Amino acid sequence: MRIILAMVFLLLSAPAWAHKPSDSYLSLAVKDSQVEGQWDIALRDLDYAIGLDTDGDGAITWWEVRSKHDEIDAYALSRLTITSGETGCPTQASRHLIDNHTDGAYAVLLFTTSCPTAIDTLQADYRLLFDLDAQHKGLLRLTHGQETTTAIFSQESPSQQFKIGDVSLWRQAQQYVHEGIWHIWLGYDHVLFLLALLLPAVLRRAADRWEPTPDFLSAFREVLTIVTAFTLAHSITLSLATVGLIALPSRLVESAIAASVVFAGITNLYPVLVQRRWLVAFLFGLVHGFGFASVLSDLGLPKGSLVLSLVSFNLGVEAGQLAIVAMFLPLAYFLRKSWTYQRLVLVTGSLGIAALAFAWLIERALDLKLFPL
Amino acid sequence: MNGTRTLGWLIATGWLALSIPSMTFGEPFLPQQDSQVLERLTVKATDPVAREIRTLRAGLLHDSQNVDVAVSLATRLIEQSRSEGDPRFLGQAQAVLAPWLNQTAPPAATLLLRATIRQNAHEFDLALADLDAVLSLQPTNAQAWLTRASIYQVQGRYEEARRACQPLFRLAGRHVALTCLGDIAGLTGQATTSRELLTASLERPGISARERLWVVTILAEMAARIGDAKTSEKHFLEAQSLDLKNYYLLGAYADFLLDQGRAPEVVTLLQRETRVDGLLLRLALAEQALHLSASKEHTVELAARFAAGRERGTRVHVREEARFTLTLLHDPKTALSLAQANWEIQKEPWDARLLLETALAVGSRDAARSVIAWLHTNHVEDMRLQQLASQFQGEKS
Repeated sequence: MRIILAMVFLLLSAPAWAHKPSDSYLSLAVKDSQVEGQWDIALRDLDYAIGLDTDGDGAITWWEVRSKHDEIDAYALSRLTITSGETGCPTQASRHLIDNHTDGAYAVLLFTTSCPTAIDTLQADYRLLFDLDAQHKGLLRLTHGQETTTAIFSQESPSQQFKIGDVSLWRQAQQYVHEGIWHIWLGYDHVLFLLALLLPAVLRRAADRWEPTPDFLSAFREVLTIVTAFTLAHSITLSLATVGLIALPSRLVESAIAASVVFAGITNLYPVLVQRRWLVAFLFGLVHGFGFASVLSDLGLPKGSLVLSLVSFNLGVEAGQLAIVAMFLPLAYFLRKSWTYQRLVLVTGSLGIAALAFAWLIERALDLKLFPL
Repeated sequence: MNGTRTLGWLIATGWLALSIPSMTFGEPFLPQQDSQVLERLTVKATDPVAREIRTLRAGLLHDSQNVDVAVSLATRLIEQSRSEGDPRFLGQAQAVLAPWLNQTAPPAATLLLRATIRQNAHEFDLALADLDAVLSLQPTNAQAWLTRASIYQVQGRYEEARRACQPLFRLAGRHVALTCLGDIAGLTGQATTSRELLTASLERPGISARERLWVVTILAEMAARIGDAKTSEKHFLEAQSLDLKNYYLLGAYADFLLDQGRAPEVVTLLQRETRVDGLLLRLALAEQALHLSASKEHTVELAARFAAGRERGTRVHVREEARFTLTLLHDPKTALSLAQANWEIQKEPWDARLLLETALAVGSRDAARSVIAWLHTNHVEDMRLQQLASQFQGEKS
């Protein structure tokens, strides 16, 4: 007997498996204090654990599975413990389906786990089948908002902890910074407003004529004042609108933004109108802040981390703005003495900006569509 | 023409890459009828094997401290994993042995079985450590010596493998030792000696059908390696006629037929064996050679299975995956890194062949170097491997 066994072992040193070893697929979607779960467990494993093939014909029918649903729930759910912080969270099965994976049919168990408070640290303790199959693994896919984490439970690591709060807060902050940057870059009206204000910054008025600033420092100072005023103003209204202290109709806000761009363009052509451009930046900056606020509310604001998202978004906007300034200032300073800059860029540019913004103003105020932009 | 073909493959590969996740995570459904069959078990509850396993299990439940019952049950489960090609039974066997394996000094019988389980999971070094422990407890354990020889052989450690065969003369009988040595000799430049040794052990009166299958399969593969197709065919047919269901034999015979350009016979042979990954791979190759559309479906299916295997973090099928990636996905770069990873673990002729073929496909002499050295050092007798290796020598750079 022993030798025969030996022969078989030796011959088949390179096995050709029909299947992979046993796995279950567990998906957990965390939302505040709740976890929506989907657990796919192979019918063959369940048959081995609790016996599904009641008539013993080697074929597992839907009826056989259906009549064992209570047992499947009891068996599986007693082997998965979800804890939030220190508190255990009860789990309730909700639906039963079937799915086909590469190695056969799986029972799909949908369930809901309810924790008393919003989940910050999720501890999952997985004990399915380890006592019956030492090579069994639980493949976890944990999602929280946009965040997806995967993990593998095995006999050696049946218990794992996941930081829900920390990880996602950091990611969330990154996401809002990103949105802020893109919004300022893709929102042409903000860029044009800023540019219109900055175009004359490398020049100065002398005897009713433009002439180049003598040094970089004074140009830099002018730009800094304008940008700071604009930033301060839009941060104030963005915050006030986001926490819900002020609410303005978006059509009014958008029209006012367009008007601000028209105004900024025109003041470059008639410089007598305005002596202190930082004041223009500040006053209209207030209007632009409301525009940012509507974008932020469109992104959907998490209740728990309102301040974080607000600050991150604003930081993104500033970063985007700084990038524009950093590109503009050296170039403009370099070109400031040329005829091209003083005539073509300043005059034609401002005129173009004002004309485009005027079209926006009509569009927005009258709710028309003139441009595909 | 060439351009469109490349484009076609690009599209196919891209589509395949996209379809993998959707296949591993399919759409759950609600079956419409109670009578709908969802899964077929490989063993019915009424089969004698199942009854035997049930009886042993009940016995263990009754007397949970009984190591003899546990060892019998685990042995039965390991055999079951072989005959059904289902690694689940290996995990079950390991779970049965767990109470003893967790002890500080596990009994030799349980360690021996764990060595076999680990050998199957390609955890060769861990398996060898278990065998060392068994042999220090029981230096006369023939099975442990034989398993050790077979692992050394797979790892390409032929001298150590030969030494592990020696005690079998004393412990298990001449024919076992001769077959053990004959298998190694056939690989390492002594095919004629090996053939004599093996044929002699076949003459032995009272040889069981399983033993005959083992020896005849070795003879068939050896003849194929030295290019004697006629003899190889004869042995393969003899092995087939023993009527013992054996996946290893089916795979080896299919490879022989594929190399002979007899793809239609492979399709006939393997048409019903789509469950086994290694056999489905050979079927898809035969279908590809015959330009059958089924080849595409089977390629997608295989890609999904390899992806599902990767997801669990353990890799047993690296050889098959390398072959699949080279011959069906036509991605020699990825195939080469797989073949290299595989060569680190096992060194059988097929492993060498895949590494040479992938190295040729990407034109890397460096990648082939270790295989060519292995061929020379061990005087490996294999026509195809020599031929592949000579292609590297031919294009001196």
